[in-house]
Amino acid sequence: MSIIIDETTALLVQGITGREGTFHTRQAVEYGTRVVAGVTPGKGGELVDGIPVYDTVMEAVRQKQPNASVIFVPPSFAADAIMEAADAGIPWVVCISEGIPTLDMVRVVPFLKSKGCRLIGPNCPGIISPGKAKIGIMPGRIHRAGPVGVISRSGTLTYEVVFQLTERGIGQSTCIGIGGDPIIGTHFVDCLQLFEADSETEAVVLIGEIGGSAEEEAAFFVRDHMKKPVIGFVAGTTAPPGRRMGHAGAIISGGKGTAAEKIASWERAGITVCKSPAEIGATVEKAMANRRLQA
Amino acid sequence: MKIHEYQAKKILSDFGVPIPQGGVAESPKEAGEICAQLGKPVVVKAQIHAGGRGKGGGVKIASSPEEAERITSSMLGMQLVTPQTPPQGVKVRKVLVEEGVKIQKELYLGVVIDRTAAMPVMMASESGGMEIEEVAATAPEKILKIHVEPGLGLLSFQARKIAFGLGLPPALIPVGTRLLDSLFRAFTDKDCSLAEINPLVMVEDGRLLALDAKMNFDDNALFRHPEIRELRDVAEEDPLEVEATRYQINYIKLDGNIGCMVNGAGLAMATMDIIKLCGGDPANFLDVGGGASAEQVENAFRILLSDPNVKAVLINIFGGILRCDVLAQGVIEAASKLEVKVPVVVRLEGTNVEKGRSLLRSSGLNFTVASGMRDAAEKSVELARTHNLTY
Repeated sequence: MSIIIDETTALLVQGITGREGTFHTRQAVEYGTRVVAGVTPGKGGELVDGIPVYDTVMEAVRQKQPNASVIFVPPSFAADAIMEAADAGIPWVVCISEGIPTLDMVRVVPFLKSKGCRLIGPNCPGIISPGKAKIGIMPGRIHRAGPVGVISRSGTLTYEVVFQLTERGIGQSTCIGIGGDPIIGTHFVDCLQLFEADSETEAVVLIGEIGGSAEEEAAFFVRDHMKKPVIGFVAGTTAPPGRRMGHAGAIISGGKGTAAEKIASWERAGITVCKSPAEIGATVEKAMANRRLQA
Repeated sequence: MKIHEYQAKKILSDFGVPIPQGGVAESPKEAGEICAQLGKPVVVKAQIHAGGRGKGGGVKIASSPEEAERITSSMLGMQLVTPQTPPQGVKVRKVLVEEGVKIQKELYLGVVIDRTAAMPVMMASESGGMEIEEVAATAPEKILKIHVEPGLGLLSFQARKIAFGLGLPPALIPVGTRLLDSLFRAFTDKDCSLAEINPLVMVEDGRLLALDAKMNFDDNALFRHPEIRELRDVAEEDPLEVEATRYQINYIKLDGNIGCMVNGAGLAMATMDIIKLCGGDPANFLDVGGGASAEQVENAFRILLSDPNVKAVLINIFGGILRCDVLAQGVIEAASKLEVKVPVVVRLEGTNVEKGRSLLRSSGLNFTVASGMRDAAEKSVELARTHNLTY
């Protein structure tokens, strides 16, 4: 098994006729993802590599019944594209677009809730279930199917971690980049919950970074609900303090947000924290070997 | 994006927030004139983007136009050092000259985005001014927080809850609730990431005034606010950082001597972390972007090399979909064009990585090819150390 996407996923690409949209559609198809339709307003009736393009998401849903959508539209139109997908009844939307205004996302979140739609991102590399389907911009070939779930706030750092795992022969069940923006659709906790319930996943790698309080929330979930081993890394231990948002920033975070605090909360929750980003693959290998010994 | 106090006050005032009378001066003469016009004692406030100005001598009282001139002439051009500036301080180029008021009580008001709740939150406290930091640290429960649905705006009962919570006297409740509504509308209409009035003061003559104000804006929303983009003061920013933004490169200057060029912010931070773990010091944070084209690499190279402290460069690019031979070619072209004098350690990963590495090795330039992050960090730390000795 894997989480969220697999070989049965039928994908819609919003912004399929754009440069990025076309390029990554090809990459996804090459990887084996079933891309059933694309949407670009005003380009309905065209074909991209034989994939039919529609003017609206609703029309694409009527004709091709996609059950996931990926968004490659410019940031000023991305919030609207997410809501269009939700309105058409698509259950999972992955938004790659970077640079969406925060207040646009504030309006998107309650809209999605009212439609029962789940969002990954924005400003994220996407999601991949190796050997099954790939929705996003990550390089497919560095992945390998296997038992480790990967959840990350970052893009290329996720590739680095996956690369270290694959190099050691450790495959992945699903890798999710949840995105680095202040407001995102799917959080660490949502993914942890899915991985804990997934029969194929044996361990989870959590890649956090400084800022916000997502890591601290993940720590509580791991402590109270996770039986599978969790291995973590927090980027930004050496980032200089500052760039602070005046008094209000410090107040809302309640003093949270530094790497040291995040690492401490993870260690308290029983997460194995890697000090060096070069050690993540080896640490996962060790954790899995220990687990096998105990079993 | 940040703006100055006087600019933030002008915006808030346009939305109906009462502010003190006064004006901006760029010369002592102007400051004297503003004081004379007001006809009463004034406060001269240095305009820099950092806070904590009072502690650094950037806020002074003048009882006459002559005194206002004198204070302004000593303030303009000075390097103002506050707890929030770099150690060398920031040069003062403008001052705000405002009526002095008799303060009865200092309150705090702020609006930010609460990431977890995914909506704006308005915060208020009876302890304003410099005390707010202590309240936040020691008794955060004393800060009143109201989440506001931006589609609905600040509802009247929410505004009343805050106004009464602040202990405003009954006569000031209507003024107070209007002020709160104005502040929230300014926050959403202008796509702020922060809007803060600290302190909001109750004055002896019965007025409620925004004595200091701070607004930061969401960079991602600036495309729809040309009027805000005009308020940018590049003199307040690091010139290298300003140049970097022009090429959409995310660059932050630091104090070390290993220049870093990485694609992706998370990997860039992780690269800095591992340099430190290996005993070195990063000279900068630099994210060339996920794609990292040859042109971006050249721009990034030029920017990080303009820092004279850089003794070695570490390039860590996880190519992803980008082919490593193409990237290596870009690095070689940029390095030869810019006549790079310092040793450069390159760690590439991605499609065609072997081809990319051999291109670098055979380029005849001073490249050290590394495999893996740890190897790259160790090599650059060592080279920075030895290069430091030879020059």
